[in-house]
Amino acid sequence: MSILEVNGLGKAFTIHHLNKTIPAVDEIQFSINAGEFLGIMGKSGSGKSTILKSIYRTYLPDAGQIMYDSNQFGNIDLIQASEREIIFLRKNEIGYVSQFLNVMPRTTCRELVQNALLEMGETRETARIEAEKALTHFEMDSSLWNSYPNTFSGGEKLRLNIAMATVKKPRLLLLDEPTASLDQQSKWKVREIIEKLKEQGTTLVGIFHDIEFMEGLCDKVFDMKTNEMSVSLEGVTHEG
Amino acid sequence: MSETPIVQVRHLQKQFGAGCPHCLDKESVYLEKNYCTSCGTVHAVRDVSFDLYPGEVLGIVGESGSGKSTMLQGLYFDGDMTAGEVYINQPGLAGHNVLTLSSQQKRYIRNNVYGMVYQNPVHGLKMNFSSIGNIAEKMIAAGNRHVGSMEKRGEELLKNVHIPLRRRKEEPQNFSGGMQQRVQIAKALSNNPPILFLDEVTTGLDLSVQASVLDLIKQIQRELQISMVVVSHDLAVIRMLADRSIVMLNGEIIENGLTDQILEDPQHEYTQQLVYSLL
Ligand SMILES: Nc1ncnc2c1ncn2[C@@H]1O[C@H](COP(=O)(O)OP(=O)(O)OP(=O)(O)O)[C@@H](O)[C@H]1O
Ligand SMILES: Nc1ncnc2c1ncn2[C@@H]1O[C@H](COP(=O)(O)OP(=O)(O)OP(=O)(O)O)[C@@H](O)[C@H]1O
Ligand SMILES: [Mg+2]
Ligand SMILES: [Mg+2]
Ligand SMILES: [Zn+2]
Repeated sequence: MSILEVNGLGKAFTIHHLNKTIPAVDEIQFSINAGEFLGIMGKSGSGKSTILKSIYRTYLPDAGQIMYDSNQFGNIDLIQASEREIIFLRKNEIGYVSQFLNVMPRTTCRELVQNALLEMGETRETARIEAEKALTHFEMDSSLWNSYPNTFSGGEKLRLNIAMATVKKPRLLLLDEPTASLDQQSKWKVREIIEKLKEQGTTLVGIFHDIEFMEGLCDKVFDMKTNEMSVSLEGVTHEG
Repeated sequence: MSETPIVQVRHLQKQFGAGCPHCLDKESVYLEKNYCTSCGTVHAVRDVSFDLYPGEVLGIVGESGSGKSTMLQGLYFDGDMTAGEVYINQPGLAGHNVLTLSSQQKRYIRNNVYGMVYQNPVHGLKMNFSSIGNIAEKMIAAGNRHVGSMEKRGEELLKNVHIPLRRRKEEPQNFSGGMQQRVQIAKALSNNPPILFLDEVTTGLDLSVQASVLDLIKQIQRELQISMVVVSHDLAVIRMLADRSIVMLNGEIIENGLTDQILEDPQHEYTQQLVYSLL
């Protein structure tokens, strides 16, 4: 049973003052079953982030359908869904993690994770308990819980980012090169985290630069170069 | 999603001046931005429609003069609108265009349903009253007569907006801009309004004060589930507070959408200028 089905997705950016249209993706087609990990591979500028941001509706696609099987709304086209529906899904079902931590200033690490839960309507007490669990789970040193993340290392920021997204137990998690700025050791920690999420049944769509990292982790690969999906990484090269 | 908006705004219009045949047409060559060169009328708000949903923060951005404050003040009945309808989904009000209610009914809405934080604190506060007196004034207007409970509530609110209690008797004119805004927020919240309007609350404040006012607004929204319209020309403020936003230009809405979409994939030429100029 597929949880996400992308059909004929197309997106171009029109830049008015340059009188220019930048094609980003065209006729993208793939589907993912619940609990699977789909990796998207392709060279820089091939449109990988555009696909993820179209699913999250940060970008407004021009063509196609993105059918998502929602707990709340049933089968819903994320391109046509109302803004309020998208906001609901972002708070309750779909998460997005990139290498950038984009949060309220002067809010502590612990508060940020709690707030994510309060937004979903959890009680203060539940939010406190679940936030602590999540921070522990992602190996955030408790000495950091009451600090502001602007002083955190890249790896700490990322783990916080993932904690904020996963504490809501999203059904679908979009990962846009979250490990881009991490050293090897932190990267492998993220891999363990992803494995844990998979065990919990989270469906994942991820972009990662290195093939080695994806190996054994993803169930399917979508290759931007051929615009096709395959079940193994063989034959997929990054240089394209 | 079958959700009922708490406020529905339809075809809101405000012009300063009588208008003339030349400026009825939005594309008229006589219009310089919102100003008619033929008759001198300013079309401050033109055909503005939007919905505000329960518990959400709706952002309104746009350059200076685009009509943001005029629109907010119109909703708050500070000035008569030229045309338009506003519906509030609250007990006793549903189904009525509140712009056509009597001044007594409008006063009731201002005192019990709405809270307003003005761009300029001078409009929202009596600068020579004590801070707690300013807050009590709004509670009295809403029908409260119990001095003890008003004082208690006033102190609680000042504490929430981080004004030291020992300064509660001081006049806002002695306060910094950030403190004045926080007293305004406390006053606006004093009778638990379900709807709050915030006009450039952080403009002119230094960065750390801005951050604390933003924190406060976010906290209010999370804990009290108040529906808010936040006007700002600062996209960073809107990004921080609002899930959905509206972009205004020359009195009109030119774009609306999810805030991150407006910032990362702006559709309208003017919105693109606004966003790219920040990059
Ligand atoms: N917000 C935007 N506005 C304008 N053009 C954009 C925007 N986002 C992406 N593009 C353009 O769309 C194309 C695809 O970009 P995208 O970011 O999706 O590529 P990518 O595969 O994620 O690349 P990378 O591996 O470098 O992150 C590029 O030509 C890019 O310049
Ligand atoms: N009383 C008035 N008489 C005539 N014109 C007015 C009056 N009040 C406002 N205007 C005009 O209406 C237009 C909209 O003004 P408004 O204050 O609503 O803009 P704004 O978007 O809030 O701008 P800012 O970002 O500078 O606060 C402006 O052109 C302004 O000059
Ligand atoms: Mg990318
Ligand atoms: Mg203004
Ligand atoms: Zn005219």
